[in-house]
Amino acid sequence: MAAQQPVPGTQTGLVIGEAEEFADASTRASVSIARDGRGGGAGRELPRKPFNLRRWFAATGWRHVVGVVMVAFSLFPIVFVISSSLNPHGTLTGSNALFSAIGLESYVRILTDPQVPFLTWFGNTLMIAGITAVLTVFLGALAAYSFSRMRFTGRRFGLISIVVVQMFPQLLAVVAIFLLMSAIGDWFPAIGLNTHIGLIMVYLGGALGVNTYLMYGFFNTVPASIDEAAKIDGAGHARIFFTIILRLVAPILAVVALLSFIASVNEFVVASVLLIDTDKQTLAVGLTKLVSNPRYADWSAFSAGAVIAALPVVALFLFLQKYIVGGLTAGAVK
Amino acid sequence: MSTTIDDEVTAETPQQQPTKKQRRAANIADAASGGLKMLLVKLLMLGLVDAIAIYAVIILASAEQWLVAAIVAVVAVIVNWIYFSRRKLPAKYLTPGVIFLVVFQVFVLVYTGYIAFTNYGTGHNGSKEQAVSSLMASSLQRVEDSPTYPVTVVDQGGTLGLLVTDPDGEALLGTNDEPLAPVDAEMDGDKAVAVDGWTTLQFGDVVTRTDEITALAVPFSDDPNDGALRTPDGSSAYLYLSNLEYDESAGTMTNLDTGTVYSDIGTGAFTSDSGEELLPGWQIVVGFDNFVRAVTDERLAGPLVYVTLWTFAFALISVASTFFLGLFLAIVFNDMRMKGRKYYRVLMILPYAVPSFLSALIWAGMMNESFGFINQVLFGGASIPWLTDPVLAKFSVLLVNLWLGFPYMFLVCTGALQSIPEELQEAATVDGAKPWAVFRLIKLPLLLVSVAPLLIASFAFNFNNFNVIYMLTDGGPRDSNAPIPVGFTDILISMVYKVAFTGQTRDYGLASAYSIIIFIIVAVISVIAFRRTKSLEELN
Repeated sequence: MAAQQPVPGTQTGLVIGEAEEFADASTRASVSIARDGRGGGAGRELPRKPFNLRRWFAATGWRHVVGVVMVAFSLFPIVFVISSSLNPHGTLTGSNALFSAIGLESYVRILTDPQVPFLTWFGNTLMIAGITAVLTVFLGALAAYSFSRMRFTGRRFGLISIVVVQMFPQLLAVVAIFLLMSAIGDWFPAIGLNTHIGLIMVYLGGALGVNTYLMYGFFNTVPASIDEAAKIDGAGHARIFFTIILRLVAPILAVVALLSFIASVNEFVVASVLLIDTDKQTLAVGLTKLVSNPRYADWSAFSAGAVIAALPVVALFLFLQKYIVGGLTAGAVK
Repeated sequence: MSTTIDDEVTAETPQQQPTKKQRRAANIADAASGGLKMLLVKLLMLGLVDAIAIYAVIILASAEQWLVAAIVAVVAVIVNWIYFSRRKLPAKYLTPGVIFLVVFQVFVLVYTGYIAFTNYGTGHNGSKEQAVSSLMASSLQRVEDSPTYPVTVVDQGGTLGLLVTDPDGEALLGTNDEPLAPVDAEMDGDKAVAVDGWTTLQFGDVVTRTDEITALAVPFSDDPNDGALRTPDGSSAYLYLSNLEYDESAGTMTNLDTGTVYSDIGTGAFTSDSGEELLPGWQIVVGFDNFVRAVTDERLAGPLVYVTLWTFAFALISVASTFFLGLFLAIVFNDMRMKGRKYYRVLMILPYAVPSFLSALIWAGMMNESFGFINQVLFGGASIPWLTDPVLAKFSVLLVNLWLGFPYMFLVCTGALQSIPEELQEAATVDGAKPWAVFRLIKLPLLLVSVAPLLIASFAFNFNNFNVIYMLTDGGPRDSNAPIPVGFTDILISMVYKVAFTGQTRDYGLASAYSIIIFIIVAVISVIAFRRTKSLEELN
């Protein structure tokens, strides 16, 4: 959205200023003047009055108090882990004095410890989550396109199944998944138990689920007349899908890819059951086993690992924040 | 899901069926627009799929898995038919996702149902034949006057075998799974030393793999009662006979030393008259035994009840606490006059951006009773058992889940609040409504309508929120009265995981039965929820 300078004090100014913060399709249109339930008619004051502390506090000051308290609540674990990761040689107790010592030794330790293949876990996680995200988007977009643009027998049944199936997450069937994958591994060791391909395949079982539904809704907002125009110009269904529709729905593809990526990074149950060798495991499995091991007392090194592991996800999240907010609320706010 | 395949209409609108001419025109347009490159890609992909399918069928057929092989072949044929057909347009788009969905989501749920009716688990892992040979092998004893067999240890792709020279000078080869069979071997004097396709282990290898070699027990013949050859040193082997005797026709195992007869009484293990079981047993269908055991065995029923109640409490309180905090914050920060809201907002959604397993592990460290940050710094050296007291641990789990979940609700509520048309509020204000009445009677109902589906989804998510429980408390503190590894903050899904995959004995059958119980609870809740919200009716 173009950065227009809001005119202070006018309703239009407030609208634009607010809309900039929430520049996503689902909320932009309806953002309106500044007033919540408690604010009463205070937003309408036009002539400037002299600053009055009590009035300021009643209107917005207390909101800052709430904000500061909540920010402190939100940030203190994050500050704690950053502090202890910078602690050169830290046990849990040693990490309690925040920022008492600064050094990068614990980062070196976690990256070079021969007992802890942190970089391997990191690479495994990025690879598994990345491939899963791309393929989930692809499979989901294919399905969403057909549900959105075609009319066929069983379409309604298919849509309902997708909604229903997502109520039963895969981790409920973790025992069966383990036994299935070990049976597959007996015949095809390359895709069975203890392989990344096997884990990715299991994750793809959930590709048609909430994500497809999200995409379906977004596909519906792309006018069908675009397809028809392209068809008249001689484009086939595949060309329409790959070269026209996919580009128009790029924002939702980014959201689904990111949500799927984060979900795979966080996934513990299936990964811990399927990946047996330490070198094959993901960060979620490896780091959890690391700190649950009573002999491992190097809390600083774990903190350093946690910071490294969280950075790409947090960066992606903040980078795509406005799309995510749009995607999250798309289901709720139409 | 098969209905997605056997559709017949590819029209754009449900009302008009395309005429034959229209269809032909569409096909021509498709063919003309696709281009050679597209066609090549399609052929390449299909060729790849077919190659994999043929390979899979060959492997499965050689393993005599006829049913699975047939399914793979049928699916491959259907896939080819779909993509070479001129119609079946929706199926072309749905098939890839549906295949994964059917195998890794639908099938595994059905399979869970099957396992719940078996005794699958530690000691009941395989078939009856496997159990018999495993029992015989584990009770082998050296025959006193056994002849000495000169042997050479050989290796093929990591599998060890024994190359045996029998007293007649014949060379025989066998492994743990394959009984001895005659082979053409290279002889060195009287002793066979090498055979084609196998690598002979040198002395150094024999020393380093000594544990594997002494564990080898090569069956003498197909009949397990004939005994097996074992070698203590890798150069000479002796005949070992089992002190168990298997009578296949009677289905009994007899201990030759004590004379005890163990018979198959249908419990999946050979059992003596006094009730003593020989383990390993084998896998059988036990009907509703697992469910009956889960609800009637006192030591299991207690945990099941409190875990179920806690699961509901945990999910409900988590949804309620995150929603109300999120809503409160959304209202507070939805005031245009406030400066710096953008910064507050970014800082407050950080907990949502950090991967939740990391957050939970960090909180677990901070809540450590003796060394944690919270006790040592915030409470000045107190030793509050945040994670080890049954009641306080529940509070801690809820607190951490609030920390993890409120930013999501904050974002959702902000979006929902801003989408409520301002005219409504103006109209109400003009009519004389007080701000609180406007919020309670107008905004909140409208907000609830739009966020209700998300609250249901959030409940379903928290109902199975494994990570926060497992990473923070591991379900603990442990309930020492229960025979299964269950604790006071365990929710149903973490109990399933622990019964199936941790502890000394793995009980897949019981774990699957618990899964089915969750399944039923979730199904009932979803039916009620969907009835209420009618969100399914909007699908068109």
